[in-house]
Amino acid sequence: MNRITSKLKESKKLLSIYFTAGFPKLEDTVEIIKRLQDAGVDMVEIGLPYSDPLADGPTIQQSSTKALKNGMSTRKLFEQIKDIRDHIDIPLIIMGYFNPMLQYGVRQFCHDVSEIGIDGLIMPDLPYDYWLEYHKKDYDDFNLKHIQLITPQTSEERIKNIDQQSKDAFIYMVSSSSTTGSQSGFAEEQLNYFDKIASYNLDSPQIVGFGIKDNITFHQATKHAKGAIIGSAFIKALENKGVNGIEDFVKSIRA
Amino acid sequence: MKTMNYNVNAKGFYGDFGGAFIPEMLKPNVDELRENYLKITAQKDFQKDFDDLLKDYVGRPTPLYFSKRLSEKYQTQIYLKREDLCHTGAHKINNTIGQILLAQRLGKKRIIAETGAGQHGVATATVCALMGMPCVIYMGAIDIKRQAPNVARMKMLGAKVVPAESGSKTLKDATNEAIRDWINHPEDTHYIIGSVVGPHPFPDMVARFQSVISQEVKTQVKAQSRKEKPDYIMACVGGGSNAAGIYYDFLNDKDVKIIAVEAAGKGVSTGESAATSQLGKQGIIHGSKTLLMQSDDGQITEPYSISAGLDYPGIGPMHAHLYASKRSEFISITDDEAMQAGWQLSQLEGIIPAIETAHAFAVFEHRQFQPDDVVVVNLSGRGDKDLQTYMDYFKL
Repeated sequence: MNRITSKLKESKKLLSIYFTAGFPKLEDTVEIIKRLQDAGVDMVEIGLPYSDPLADGPTIQQSSTKALKNGMSTRKLFEQIKDIRDHIDIPLIIMGYFNPMLQYGVRQFCHDVSEIGIDGLIMPDLPYDYWLEYHKKDYDDFNLKHIQLITPQTSEERIKNIDQQSKDAFIYMVSSSSTTGSQSGFAEEQLNYFDKIASYNLDSPQIVGFGIKDNITFHQATKHAKGAIIGSAFIKALENKGVNGIEDFVKSIRA
Repeated sequence: MKTMNYNVNAKGFYGDFGGAFIPEMLKPNVDELRENYLKITAQKDFQKDFDDLLKDYVGRPTPLYFSKRLSEKYQTQIYLKREDLCHTGAHKINNTIGQILLAQRLGKKRIIAETGAGQHGVATATVCALMGMPCVIYMGAIDIKRQAPNVARMKMLGAKVVPAESGSKTLKDATNEAIRDWINHPEDTHYIIGSVVGPHPFPDMVARFQSVISQEVKTQVKAQSRKEKPDYIMACVGGGSNAAGIYYDFLNDKDVKIIAVEAAGKGVSTGESAATSQLGKQGIIHGSKTLLMQSDDGQITEPYSISAGLDYPGIGPMHAHLYASKRSEFISITDDEAMQAGWQLSQLEGIIPAIETAHAFAVFEHRQFQPDDVVVVNLSGRGDKDLQTYMDYFKL
């Protein structure tokens, strides 16, 4: 069974952490993943840096620019994590943009990450309908989950359609219409949105992302949802305190 | 034989190129536009407002001018489509007029745009002043320093100019910032994109607003030349909006040959170039599948041209299709060739062209035309904004 599918069957609320591969230092990747697992994180999203990350706010943009300057690339990342499954059991997801995957070759990319032991992919600018028509087979053949985003503007009909395709993975629920890292706490509007999605009784678990940065927002986001993803706030902590600060950061969220 | 269609298909593709490769967060905005742009622009009152403004405010139709001295020099029949005579000095305003009328009918209250050299920013700020709408222009921090007069124009027209500090701090990053702004404002804002780039329906919509250029050329060539239609249509291509506009009505008429002129910068193989058709590979930029300059890893690279309007790392998907299907002939022109051609047009015809436009005129040094060929060149913009570059280059 895919690791994401089994993780979602656990009864607790899940904490997932995003980091940009190659940041702060090129060779930090494996160390960061190990420390996240040791600190009790449930799932990790490895960010494949891109020159033009449209969906990301300043924090992730800057970490991506730095990571690329440090020499990160698709091939470099795959090389760094080729033995990752010797040490790591939690689900691993690669989050990136479609162009680098396209240049690598979509099917080859799916093949190679599957060999490494990656469980799913989040490609925000690979549209759901295009994925369904052209690339679902590539994902299925290599037992990879396509994680689809929904936003407060996504229609109920579309959400229910996405729900049908995401049953043994999860739906990535973007907390508001924004780029990553752009908010300061959840307003009533977002809390209502969380309630509304819960009322749909979807088959697929939902994991909330964008705007989660501390213990309070983690609990707000996971009131109904199965888990939450933290990205920008983690990258800021990494920038300030380095890999040694990872354990404390994770504890502060779980507190 | 299969008939080639050069217009966009129902899914937003030109052959293999185009589409809408956008994050889910952008989908409501793009869907709203896609579902409405054809409906709204077909309405009588929209067309009346558009035509009236183009006539009385922009100054259309722009003349088609027979360039006697250039024609003598190159032994062919050269006609200039005078888009440089449009209000604000370039063709860009045809599109901004169309889009702001559309934005009003969609009930939008706020306008955003990207700009490179500042021409599209000025054209957007102008129509926002005209319609009394708040306007935010994203411009690369490096371009803001290079293009001070246009920054001042935008401010005088009431726009807020926001520096794009991300990535390489130029046009592509300004476009990213504008798209991010649109993601953060999913309801009240319209994004007036400046070229035939971006996710569907932008390339088609912008091409339609610019197609007024080819409609006029069609009538003017018939009335003014000895031919029924031009033999060649020629235009410079950065993103490709002036080219799309002057090609549009001739796309499916094979008797009319099309030439696209790209910026070779210091030379196609020098590493400092913007000749996307020569250096680019298929990929995704700003939500569109097209040809773009990128590394083997799929990271978008920074192009170079002496002309700030041509240094875009991609080309519009329509142009990528015209290139791949060989409908259009692509020629690359270096900085030096373009500067000399700009100098020559000034001296022979008394017209100082934008450096973008000057690239198209340099083609006559490379390519022979028949004496009776009618060659229409899109004189897409005037050179005032480039005076500093001309001064530095020619030590004036």
